[in-house]
Amino acid sequence: MLPQSMDDARSSPAIEVSGLRKAFARAIAVDGIDFVLPRGAVLGLLGGNGAGKTTTIGMLLGLVLPTGGRIRVMGEDMVRHRHRVLPRMNFSSPYVDFPARLTVRENLRVFAALYGVRDAGDRIAALASDLHLRRFLDQRAGSLSAGQKTRMALAKALVNEPELLLLDEPTASLDPDTGDWIRAYLEAYRRRAGAAILLASHNMAEVERLCDEVLMMREGRIVDRGTPAALRARFGRESMEQVFLDVARAGRDADAPGAAP
Amino acid sequence: MSGTARRVGAIMLRHFFLWRGSWTRLFDLVYWPVLQVMIWGFMTEFLAGKSSWVAQAGGVFIGAVLLWDVLVRGQFGMTLSMLEEMWSRNLANLFVSPLRPWEFAVALMSLSILRSLIGVVPAALLAIPLFGYSVFGLGLPLLAFWSLLLVFGWAIGLALCGLLLRFGLAAESYAWASVFLLAPFSGVYYPVATLPGWLQPLAWCLPTTHVFEGMRAAMVDGTFRWELMLGALALDLACIAAGFAIFLGAVASARRRGSLLSTGE
Repeated sequence: MLPQSMDDARSSPAIEVSGLRKAFARAIAVDGIDFVLPRGAVLGLLGGNGAGKTTTIGMLLGLVLPTGGRIRVMGEDMVRHRHRVLPRMNFSSPYVDFPARLTVRENLRVFAALYGVRDAGDRIAALASDLHLRRFLDQRAGSLSAGQKTRMALAKALVNEPELLLLDEPTASLDPDTGDWIRAYLEAYRRRAGAAILLASHNMAEVERLCDEVLMMREGRIVDRGTPAALRARFGRESMEQVFLDVARAGRDADAPGAAP
Repeated sequence: MSGTARRVGAIMLRHFFLWRGSWTRLFDLVYWPVLQVMIWGFMTEFLAGKSSWVAQAGGVFIGAVLLWDVLVRGQFGMTLSMLEEMWSRNLANLFVSPLRPWEFAVALMSLSILRSLIGVVPAALLAIPLFGYSVFGLGLPLLAFWSLLLVFGWAIGLALCGLLLRFGLAAESYAWASVFLLAPFSGVYYPVATLPGWLQPLAWCLPTTHVFEGMRAAMVDGTFRWELMLGALALDLACIAAGFAIFLGAVASARRRGSLLSTGE
């Protein structure tokens, strides 16, 4: 397949997913989902454990090969040509770590080189300043606290100034103050860089604050979608936390013995 | 600098930073080759008085142990670099970066050259004052032996990295032990004719057998046997192609199974 023209690539959404499916040997993790993330928008991926969020993110990053369907990231087919767009995206996840014996600066220098960042020293200095990491730059990654580690992971995710940022639980295990500070930083980055963000989170306050649209996932499927306000209105609830519980419990009730098929 | 060179350099930089901050890792590279040279050096001195063959071919054991360590360090250099990424749960960060899997393999190979030099050269230098033997006296053939063994070490290393990707850290012990399985059949310390007749054709299927026979020919008879080197080269090429196929196949399999996000756990 020929690559898309430059104009098409520039005007295409950050992410375009259709009929995406992933079946493992014993389970279907993602079962035919469709969604679009426009440039500059923030999309939330919500669901309980095992809903298919991490597998979906893995497929969007090219780490997991889909069983079926199509993923286009900034106009490029992610299965065939992921290396064309990987320099323009990045990700952060609490399930992935960094070499503990390298300092924060050394880790960031390695990733800056991998992503082809020019003037890496200046970029790292700017990120360290923005993310309050200057004091820890020469400290080993393994000796950082959870909050410092999260900020370092965010610095790595932003080192190439990505147009698309995939964040899996970006504020997991952080105290409320640090979590709030990171959310504010992400809002500012989105505004400044016009970046699109796909966010998987269990923190409903975070989702309400950051996301333009939310996809509710359960058992590999998208069971509902809309803006946080629209979802709250549809479910007749005051918070996304309650909406989340309604969706999760509806799934549990459907699985309960004696439930209607 | 091209994108590939920059990305390969980035992986090397990561390991340079690791070595710089961890003298125990550097010490570990040098420790075993030095220990082996000392054991075989003293053994040679002891046997030289008992055996005319050993007396005539002074240093043949030291040369063998040094070249064997080129193979071992070459393979360890690859698998250890891979294990470092798995221990630190960093593989997913690398595989979502613009780094291509084959570039990662090239970086591992480049690291194994450094690891084999750091490990074997000090041991080789130590043998000069201690036992009056210099493996560098072999001259250009040494370069041929070194290169052929290193390439075979890469081939085994690539296959073992594939195994690690497939089975995770459960396969770690194979990464350490597998290469030693080849030692009895490679004629490292004795001619291949010593092996039972039925085993010799199998031994000749290993590039190592050709190299160590060639080394003994150079040291005992003072001849460079091209046919042995060409045989080793042909086998090396076949093995490295198979190693690449196994590694890249394992990466593709890991993507299908979705295990790259959790590799190392």
